[in-house]
Amino acid sequence: MSIVVNTAVSRYPDPAWRGRITASLIALIVLWPLLIASEFKPWILLDAQSLGATRHFLASFFPPAHSKDFLVLLMQDTWQTIAIATAGLTLALLSAIPLTLLATESLSISRLESGRMRLASAVVRQVVRWLLVLLRSVPELVWALLLVRILGLGPTAGVLAIALTYSGMLGKVYAEILESSEAHATQSLLKNGSGRLAALFYGALPASASELVSYTTFRWECAIRGSVVMGFVGAGGIGQRMDESMKMLAGGEVSTMLIVFVLLVACADLISTFLRKRLG
Amino acid sequence: MQHCPSTVPTRIKPATLLFLLGLLTLICASFYSLALQWSELFTADAARSSIEFLRGFAAPELAWPFLIKVAQGTLETLSMSALGTGIASICGLTLALPASGRFGPAARLAMRLILNILRSIPELIWALILLIAAGLGPFAGTLALAVHTTGVLGRLFADALENMPPAPEVILRINGAKPMAAFFYAALPQILPQLMSYTLYRWENNIRAAAILGIIGAGGLGQMLKYHLSLFQMQQAASVIIAMLVLISLVDGTSFWLRRRLTSQ
Amino acid sequence: MSFVLSGLSVRHASVVRNNSLALIDINLSIKQGEQIALIGPSGAGKTTLLHALACAHQPEPGGKFSVFGLQPWAMQPAARHALRGRLFLAPQTPPLPPRQRVVTAVLAGCLPQWGFWHAIISLIKPREPEVAYAALARFNLQDKLYARVDRLSGGERQRCGMARLLVSQADALLVDEPLSALDPTLALQTLAVVQLEAASRNATLVCSLHQVELALSHFPRIVGLSDGRIVFDAPRNEVSETMLAALYRNTPPTQHPESIDPEDTCRPGPSPC
Repeated sequence: MSIVVNTAVSRYPDPAWRGRITASLIALIVLWPLLIASEFKPWILLDAQSLGATRHFLASFFPPAHSKDFLVLLMQDTWQTIAIATAGLTLALLSAIPLTLLATESLSISRLESGRMRLASAVVRQVVRWLLVLLRSVPELVWALLLVRILGLGPTAGVLAIALTYSGMLGKVYAEILESSEAHATQSLLKNGSGRLAALFYGALPASASELVSYTTFRWECAIRGSVVMGFVGAGGIGQRMDESMKMLAGGEVSTMLIVFVLLVACADLISTFLRKRLG
Repeated sequence: MQHCPSTVPTRIKPATLLFLLGLLTLICASFYSLALQWSELFTADAARSSIEFLRGFAAPELAWPFLIKVAQGTLETLSMSALGTGIASICGLTLALPASGRFGPAARLAMRLILNILRSIPELIWALILLIAAGLGPFAGTLALAVHTTGVLGRLFADALENMPPAPEVILRINGAKPMAAFFYAALPQILPQLMSYTLYRWENNIRAAAILGIIGAGGLGQMLKYHLSLFQMQQAASVIIAMLVLISLVDGTSFWLRRRLTSQ
Repeated sequence: MSFVLSGLSVRHASVVRNNSLALIDINLSIKQGEQIALIGPSGAGKTTLLHALACAHQPEPGGKFSVFGLQPWAMQPAARHALRGRLFLAPQTPPLPPRQRVVTAVLAGCLPQWGFWHAIISLIKPREPEVAYAALARFNLQDKLYARVDRLSGGERQRCGMARLLVSQADALLVDEPLSALDPTLALQTLAVVQLEAASRNATLVCSLHQVELALSHFPRIVGLSDGRIVFDAPRNEVSETMLAALYRNTPPTQHPESIDPEDTCRPGPSPC
């Protein structure tokens, strides 16, 4: 990208300047409708009435609710939230692993033989990929909204919603990690006649175990947040309790629950750090 | 296996075994305590009602007036995600300065704690809280996305600042540049590509979050979905879901393209 | 007087090396406008001395250190930082952000003189690109004005660092191994430009060099440093073969300059093979 500057020119025009101006103009033109559409009016935050409401609500945060009955209820709800996340992620894993095996190109046997994949397996692979895209593109809360209609209120809808969304996400990212891991070991195993599962377990998996585990714990943390959120559409757990407390504007209960969130995520963080140290 | 791979098989340590046992217990306890209603899922009755439910979606509503409303909702969701992410990237960078230890270890610890709190609370709950301050509508959703994402990006940015090679900035400071000037001339150009790629990743995440924030009244496609589902207007709901899917894949594509452009140059 | 050091000792910057002394009992006074070459085996403490002169390392208490008649370590931090703007340290491998453009990297030498907003605006659209152009032109790099730093070769990058030195308005130039990545012809040209610049603005120049012949032929005053001590400090016509032999007793003088880490000030090991 060497730019030859004419020595006869006394000023040295910046070749990137016009591009920068254009980009800034385009950004401004795009920003305007965005600001309009999202009703971006920060000053309403400083409006006397909303300030009063906010102050009132925040003041009710202190002290956090700590009656014994409430804490026991909260413990049960917290456990239910964790259980929904864990069960959902387990199911997601169980379905993501076969899907990953199908979607990973470096585990293809037919490509090895002719240098190209057989048409049938290429089609299967493409279908699986589209399925993964569809599964992860629908947000878990939308899955939950739909499943609640079919299964009724309760944790089953939450577990299934997490399982569906996360199998898509895990499947895609696992396939990416396995493909970017050293293909050599896998390929030589396949060439020597070992099956796909054996190639996975002895070739690709050891090489990328740390990355796989750390991504899975990260997703577990996301699943906990997701299962909190699904409580709002009636899938149980701490989210449902939060919805009720918010509707009653019980600030003390809300602040206790916020503290529980922070602790939950901190725990997930600790576990993930511990695992990464162990495997890294 | 006749062909052992070169990787040495790892011996399982007692601590690892204990951890695996704990994990297994957690999983079993989860399934046991939830008392999931699998039976309802796999009965002929359930299958019939699901099929009926799904059939309700068939032929999504495509009337022009409704499509225009969907387009408005799509634009609202898109703006919420883009503005929320944009605000968060600026706030995140500002907060990452103290969080990377530039104003002493005490400020670093305090700021990391704040960022962790912002990050731990999901967008939807921020939106619930902010609804009180900002009123119903997309603005509360934008703020909620911005607050949560600030926590996420702030921590990532702080880590990037701590891990970059310090020499370019150190030499400018030695030569008498002021700290802020040295930051903008040496530190920022080094980490900028990384910051942009983190921000784009979060945008992909936030478009999904923005799509659902409406469910609690923060505008956009989510609000439409909740409305039509609660009235059992399945065909309208189907259109809204399709709009969500299209929007999400468009944002994913744009972000992927931008990230590739950032790294290739 | 631009620098006066008496009885000065400096510890190693890193804690890893047992916090031992990198410079011991340095006595040196340098007049304004003087040009000095620092020579000595690698690990002798040349880099540490340049850093100490640039007020980057605080010396041990006990010794005396003054710059332009001021005592930097007795001043308020803000005043000391303002003083740093009058000194310019050019490290051996100029650490430049890879994606920055050459024009910005060079103009960063003006930062001590610029206000904050001037600096920010210059990031968006370079102010005074003609200053950077003129500086680069003296090293034949003018056509790289708007190129990105990571597109430069090692030698071009080193001269880009020297161009930053030219745009700075410092009264003392402290240059660490300016020629390590350059071929002999370019090395001569570059050294000539730096010396001419220092002479034309009556700035003090302290330059550490690995090429003893270049030091002897270009600098009126030579300071030999070994094991953190000044072994000799003499006009060039008084520097004899025996003095040089004593200076490089432990290491062959023809050591390859590229193999030396600029921060590496530990004792030289056995000769590399």
